[in-house]
Formats: sequence, structure tokens, C-alpha cells
Amino acid sequence: MSSRYSRYVVRRFLGAIIAVFAILTINFFIFRILPGNPIELLFRNPRLTDEQIRALEAQFGLDKPLIDQYFIYLINVFQGNLGLSFFYRQPVTSVLMPRMINSLILVLPSTLAAIALGIVAGLISAWRRGSKTDVSILLIGMSLYSLPTFWLGGIFILLSIYYLHLPVSGMLTYGAVYSSWTDLLIDFLRHFILPFITLTLVMFGEFMIIMRNTLIDVLTEDYVTVAIAKGLSQTKILRDYALRNAMLPTISIIAINLGLVVAGAVLTETVFSWPGVGRLIYDAILNRDYPILQGAFLFITISVVIANLIADLLYGLLDPRVRYG
Amino acid sequence: MILGSSVKKFFKDIRELWIIYKNNRLGVAGLFIVLFFITIALLAPFISRYSPEQTDPSAYLEPPSFQHWFGTNEVGQDLFSLNVYGARISLLVGFSAALIAVFIGSLIGLVSGYYGGLLDEILMRITDFFLVVPPIILMIIIGSILGSSLMNVIIVIGILSWSPTARVVRSMVLSIKEWPYVEAIKALGGSDKRIIFRHILPNTTSVIYANMALSASNAIFSHAAMVFLGVGDVNDLSWGMILHYAFASGALSSGCWWYFVPPGIFIVLLIFGFVLIGFSLEELFNPKLRRI
Repeated sequence: MSSRYSRYVVRRFLGAIIAVFAILTINFFIFRILPGNPIELLFRNPRLTDEQIRALEAQFGLDKPLIDQYFIYLINVFQGNLGLSFFYRQPVTSVLMPRMINSLILVLPSTLAAIALGIVAGLISAWRRGSKTDVSILLIGMSLYSLPTFWLGGIFILLSIYYLHLPVSGMLTYGAVYSSWTDLLIDFLRHFILPFITLTLVMFGEFMIIMRNTLIDVLTEDYVTVAIAKGLSQTKILRDYALRNAMLPTISIIAINLGLVVAGAVLTETVFSWPGVGRLIYDAILNRDYPILQGAFLFITISVVIANLIADLLYGLLDPRVRYG
Repeated sequence: MILGSSVKKFFKDIRELWIIYKNNRLGVAGLFIVLFFITIALLAPFISRYSPEQTDPSAYLEPPSFQHWFGTNEVGQDLFSLNVYGARISLLVGFSAALIAVFIGSLIGLVSGYYGGLLDEILMRITDFFLVVPPIILMIIIGSILGSSLMNVIIVIGILSWSPTARVVRSMVLSIKEWPYVEAIKALGGSDKRIIFRHILPNTTSVIYANMALSASNAIFSHAAMVFLGVGDVNDLSWGMILHYAFASGALSSGCWWYFVPPGIFIVLLIFGFVLIGFSLEELFNPKLRRI
């Protein structure tokens, strides 16, 4: 590793840390400053005894100036104390953790599938630019991109009611007893397939368009023209020239679009009652459970920042201009 | 006088744009889709046969019929009328949130690209932050705390969606400000304000138009998603609201397809229209993307 790469790593880490602080700050102020904020709501409860009010004041440091409250909040967060859920009456962290894992089970395979499909379709489209194939792939991509996730999910639910007869809610059949691991797996897969397809399709549309445009940029470069003129085979040009050079912009653009993954996941989980963070957010909105909302926001944004950091570091490793300075 | 000439110039620009644009078939299709929905929104009272508020307890969740083309919902409202009126809010949100987003984005892009240095660095870090942090989550949270008037929802969507525009405009300004004529104007003593708004801004309008269309499609999507999730005013008649009630009332899970399918198709079509316009404009101004 050259010193230039380590400098790059340090810069990125610093950037991520600043971003995390910005998120914490936004999170603090949104929930303290905006009119109708939850702390105010807490105190409007007429059944609170004086003692309880004093305990709450101490917890949030409300008798102290705002800046002190901010530091109390930071300390609490770093100790893993995100407060108590109004609705579940449990610490936010212990509500969130299992949900986070359920979300990953859905989101990770869908994202990977969407990226793989997007690369293949984008490649075909870019290579046959201007042809009927290109226009139809592009139209499919744009239509999928325009589909609201929750509506697509609803359409699958309707299909399931009338034709597919797959379960449309939850991860496993509620209260089911399984005789073997395979039974459990089959039940899980039957629940998994529809949300998986929904989420994959929605992301595929966007990734495909990104891939196509990136590849067209690469395919119009002089070295590709030279490669064609040299009479190299189509596979070789695509694999060794186009894909390699399209890799870098793709990684960074996918990293930037991780917000899309999150939004897709929230809506998909809501429609299919998938017990992940997304569905938790929906329930928290319905129940006005602000500590959960605040905690979920923190979790999601920090995971996006970390995923971005990983993408950045990968970028640095793959790009020789960063590695050998 | 000045206003008159700049209005005239604006129409001249639009005319010139149209001459190239009309050859792009996908783009023209997108324009027609959007115009179609604008017409429906304006003529809503004449198109729909029932008032959208009118309920009929004797006819709830009825499938499509001659009386009710799109069927009825769980309180017996005519779904065709609801869908026709729903176009109004979706278009309103699309256009106004996109205006806010593109206005903020262009301003930040112009200032950041022109002045450079520390200011640029700070503004771009902020932009990156908003690009990375999933805006829909922030929208949901701020929307659910602020309370859910339509105005709030529009403002929240607008101020959280400017970062893509800022990025693109900035990168254009970076190259434009190196052009010799900018230097010439500086030598003539032109103020920064004049250079930015009279000489650089006009060269970025193409990109701004493209981002306007894409922002509108994003805003319509974000609004529908927020309302569907129960953030935003579920009493404002919009397509997202129809979907919200179709889902929350359990009509979807009991198979009432006529309740759930049409508003989604309209959202998709309208978003698709804006996306087509946006991509066509992008294609026009980025020769590399042009389909030969």
C-alpha cells in the first residue's frame, strides 16, 4: 500500500465520521426543535406524576441548556441507549436489532440480484445501441424505474390471491410448527419470493439505466474503437475493455443510490408485512412511536454511511490512480 | 422593457429547444402523457360523473360497472371520480416540489462551482450528505413530526431533493467559467452576480430543464410513498391517498383489484412521462448518449 492510498483511507474515514456526527446532530435537532416534537408530547400526558416528570427531565437533561442536552444525547447514543419505545415498552436497541437482521435477509439478496441483472441488461443494451433490443430494454428499465415499489408489491399480492396462492405477509407462517428444517426453509422461501422479486425489479430498473449509460460512455472511447478495428472478438472487447472500465463508475453510482435500496426496502416490507426495520417504521408512524422512528433513522443512515465508506475504499483499491500516487 | 425582452428571449429559447426536441419520439410521447394528465386535472369536474365526496352506503366495494366505471371503495365513493380528481394533487406536488428543488439546487451549484475553494468544499460535502442519506426516510420523519398539511409535504420534498441538481449544475459551471468570454466579461468589470446570472446561468438551462422533469417525477413518487405510509394529509385527495386506503382498509388483501390498480397505473404513467422528458433532454444535451 502506498502512502497515497493510506492518506486516501484516512480522508474517507474522517469524512464518514463527520457524516455520522452530522446525522446525530440532525437527529437530535429534528426531534427537539420542530414544532410538535415528541419530548413536548411526552410532557403533555396529564397522568404523569411530578416524580416521573423529574425523572424524564433528568434523562434528557431538560433542565440544562440545549447544548448540554445535545451532549447528553451523544453520550446516550454511544452507550447504546436510544431510549424506550412508547409502544413496545422496551429499549429501542433491542427492538431494532432483530428487525435489522430480517431486513438484511431481504435486502442483500435483492440488491445483488438487481446489480447482476442490471449489468447484463445494460451491457446488451449499450452494445446494441439504437437497435430495437436497446429501445425495448430501455423502455422496460424506465417503466420499472417509474413503478412505485408499494404498488408493484400490491400487484403481486393481487396476483397471489387470484393465481399464485403464495403467502403475502410475514417471514414465516404464524404459529406454524415444523417437522424438519426443510419444511421451515420451504415455508420461508414461499414467504420470501414475492418481496424478493418486488425489491429486485424496482432496483433493477435504475441500475440497468445507470449501467447502460456508463457503458455507452466507455464504448465510445477511442481504445474501444481501436479494439474493434483490430478485429478482437466481441466477448473480449466487452469483458476486457468495456466491463473493466465501467466497473469504477458503477461502484460509485451504486453507492450513491443506496438510499434507493433503503426506500425500496421500507415500502416492500410495509406491503408484505416483512418484520424488518421498514415495517417497523410504518408501524411507528401509525403509533406515533417517535423513539423508534429516531432510532431507526439513526440505524439506517449510519449503515448507509458505512456501506458508502466500504464502496469508497473498494474504489481506491480498484483504481490504480489512487493506489499508485 | 427588460422584463418584456427577457420573456421574449425565453420563448425564443423554448422554440429553439422544441425544434430539436420534437425529433425525439420518446420525449414527445412523454410530453403528451404529462399534457394528458394536466387536461384531466383541469377538466376533473366535467369528466367525473359523481362528486368525489359523495358516499353511497348501499354500494360499497363494488366491482366496476356501468354506474361506476372503476367500482366503488369501502364507503361507497365512486373510484373513477376519486382517480380523476387525484391527478390535481399529484401534479401540484410534482411541479411545486420540483421548482423548489431545482431552484435551491441550481443556486447552490452555481455559487459552489463559480466561487470554488472552501465554500465549494463545504457546499459539496453538504450535497453529498443529502445524496447519500436516504431522503425518503428523512421526509417520512420530518413529515410525521411537522404535521401533514400539503404545504409541509411539498416543502419537505423540495428541500430534501435538490442535491442531484446541485451536483450537475456545479460540474457544468466548472467548465463554463473557464471559457474565454467569461474572462472577457471579468476584464470589462462585470460583477460576479452579473457573470453568474447573465452569462453562466443561460448556458446551464438545458441541464436545469432536464433536472426539473426528473425532480418532478421523483417528487410525485415521494409524495405517493409518503401518503401511502400514512405521512402527509390522507384527506387530500390524491392517488397516494387512494392507495393508502386500499391497503389500510384491507381491500387489497381481500382482492379488490379495481381499488388498487388504477391509481398505481396513473402514478406510473405520469412518472414515466416526466422520466421520458428528462431523459430525452439529457440525451439532447449529452451527444454521447444520443441514439444515432
